[in-house]
Amino acid sequence: MAELLQVNNLKTQFKTESGLVKAVDGISYQIGEREIVGIVGESGCGKSVTQLSVMQLISKPGEIVSGEVIFEGHDLLKFEANGREMRSIRGAKIAMIFQEPMSSLNPVLTVKRQLTEMLILHKGMSKEDARKRAIELLSMVGISSAEKRIDDYPHQFSGGMRQRVMIAMGLSCNPKILIADEPTTALDVTTQAQLLELMKNMVEQFRASLVIVTHNLGVVARYAQRIYIMYAGRIVEAGTTKDIFSNPRHPYTIGLLKCIPRLDEEEGKKLVPITGLPPNLINMPPTCAFLQRCNSRVKRCSQDPWPPLVKMNGDHYLSCYVNTKEQVSEPVTG
Amino acid sequence: MIQDNTVTATPRRVSERRRFMRVFFSRKIVVLGFLLMLLFLFTTIFAGWLAPYDPNQVGAGAPLVQPSKEHLLGTDTLGRDTLSRLIYGSQTAMLVGFVSVAIGSIIGITLGLFAGYLTGIINVAIMRVIDVLMAFPTILLALVVAAVLGGGIQNVIIALSLTAIPTYARVTCGVTLSLKENDYILIERTMGASNVRVLLLHILPNALPPLLVLMTMQLGTLILAEAGLSFLGIGIEAPTAAWGSMVADGYKYLLKNPVLSFAPGIAIMVVVFGFNMVGDGLRDALDPKLRGLL
Repeated sequence: MAELLQVNNLKTQFKTESGLVKAVDGISYQIGEREIVGIVGESGCGKSVTQLSVMQLISKPGEIVSGEVIFEGHDLLKFEANGREMRSIRGAKIAMIFQEPMSSLNPVLTVKRQLTEMLILHKGMSKEDARKRAIELLSMVGISSAEKRIDDYPHQFSGGMRQRVMIAMGLSCNPKILIADEPTTALDVTTQAQLLELMKNMVEQFRASLVIVTHNLGVVARYAQRIYIMYAGRIVEAGTTKDIFSNPRHPYTIGLLKCIPRLDEEEGKKLVPITGLPPNLINMPPTCAFLQRCNSRVKRCSQDPWPPLVKMNGDHYLSCYVNTKEQVSEPVTG
Repeated sequence: MIQDNTVTATPRRVSERRRFMRVFFSRKIVVLGFLLMLLFLFTTIFAGWLAPYDPNQVGAGAPLVQPSKEHLLGTDTLGRDTLSRLIYGSQTAMLVGFVSVAIGSIIGITLGLFAGYLTGIINVAIMRVIDVLMAFPTILLALVVAAVLGGGIQNVIIALSLTAIPTYARVTCGVTLSLKENDYILIERTMGASNVRVLLLHILPNALPPLLVLMTMQLGTLILAEAGLSFLGIGIEAPTAAWGSMVADGYKYLLKNPVLSFAPGIAIMVVVFGFNMVGDGLRDALDPKLRGLL
């Protein structure tokens, strides 16, 4: 599969009064063309910051310290954060959908204004053409009588419908990549399923790649082809969805899988939570950040620095000293 | 795929406008203020048509005559018709009020938007200058500027605009600071909008309600300030009719001919009251926190 986006050793830090927060600490990943990728991790592990860093939308006191984001042969981080080149990528080539549909639309502007704005800006459409296209997009995402609804204000839509509008907005300029940051977290379960299905169909139709950022492994299990597991600003395990679900290697991934109910397990089996809390990202120890919560740690874990992400077999990568016997190649990140 | 229920939107949008009208006109005092404002606008526009005499015509009647059929509010020391001067004075008040509010709000809002949106040195630079301007009492600042520049409508407008800037900048900056953290602003940026586009098309419309209220209230305040400057003799220059200078001219004859001072004084009071009440009504009608309650 051809690589569309290649992120290399991305580091984003926040200088706060209580210390340096390494929100994203040397992350590398890639997204193939027309691929659905899941990025999974708990709150505060840096998954959203990673996506915002790719878009260069980190505001102070945050700062992208190093790394590369290669997209269409250019390093996006070389572009000026608010410059013309970067702006012509945002929305037009890489678009984003956010968690909170209730606050994602500007309350004082009609849906039409917000949907057509980018069509006019990026595609140079006339107002009438943009309106027609916007109506088309709204019907595509399943909003009935789109022609009438387009002149409505966001408060006249329900949460699920607003998220549909957001999907329409995200895809309006035929982006190559759609990043969905916790797209269904704020919605109820039935709506979640509908929207995920819709998103999958839409990116197929638009021949775009989809990045699903979530804390819910269940959400990505069905749709993602590859999954990256993040913990405390790093990727701890990466692999195809099959690898991750059938052969999880990192204690954290194993823990995550143990605490979601599965249909193929015997009845009455208890879910096992991961004990402890995610680490405070300020002044992190040099050792593995999962150490405190890990129950398969070995002596080496508390002595050596955070293990590098190494290739296991095939497309499966792991950052752990335990379970790494099948290591086949040298570390991929330093 | 199950689709969300659609409800036709048209009746609801109308009801939003209707809600605004209902809330705005629900208080009698606001209605009164609104009518006074309309009366003021009416006299301003049709001054030439309403005034019985040329306001600057010296000797339209005998000097200092009491109110009579020919001169409903009497005449001043030079025999000019007080009613005509009062009517033309509304034009001066209106001109000064509206132009100063327009200039002051445009500059103030622009500064506030940028100061609120851009952090760091720009914010600090703008807001410290605003703080310094704000440290001066309005009338004192206007006095100083008017004294330096001299009288005349143009200079009064400059002085009053300058005093109006800090209020707008402060309010806009505060509103912008909170608005820019909204998800839809971030989304707008992920869609490739430039800072200026975000500020003008997405933040400004959201910031307008409190600013509209402020503008209406300030119209009253600035008309009062103009009258103050004219009363002190550094405002509108003679012979242009201005309410402030009319009060000043008339108060020497307060016992003999009280109408001379009282009429323009009451006019000032009524207009300021009108604008304040309209501002109050706007605030009730535009405040999202009161939505549903009123």
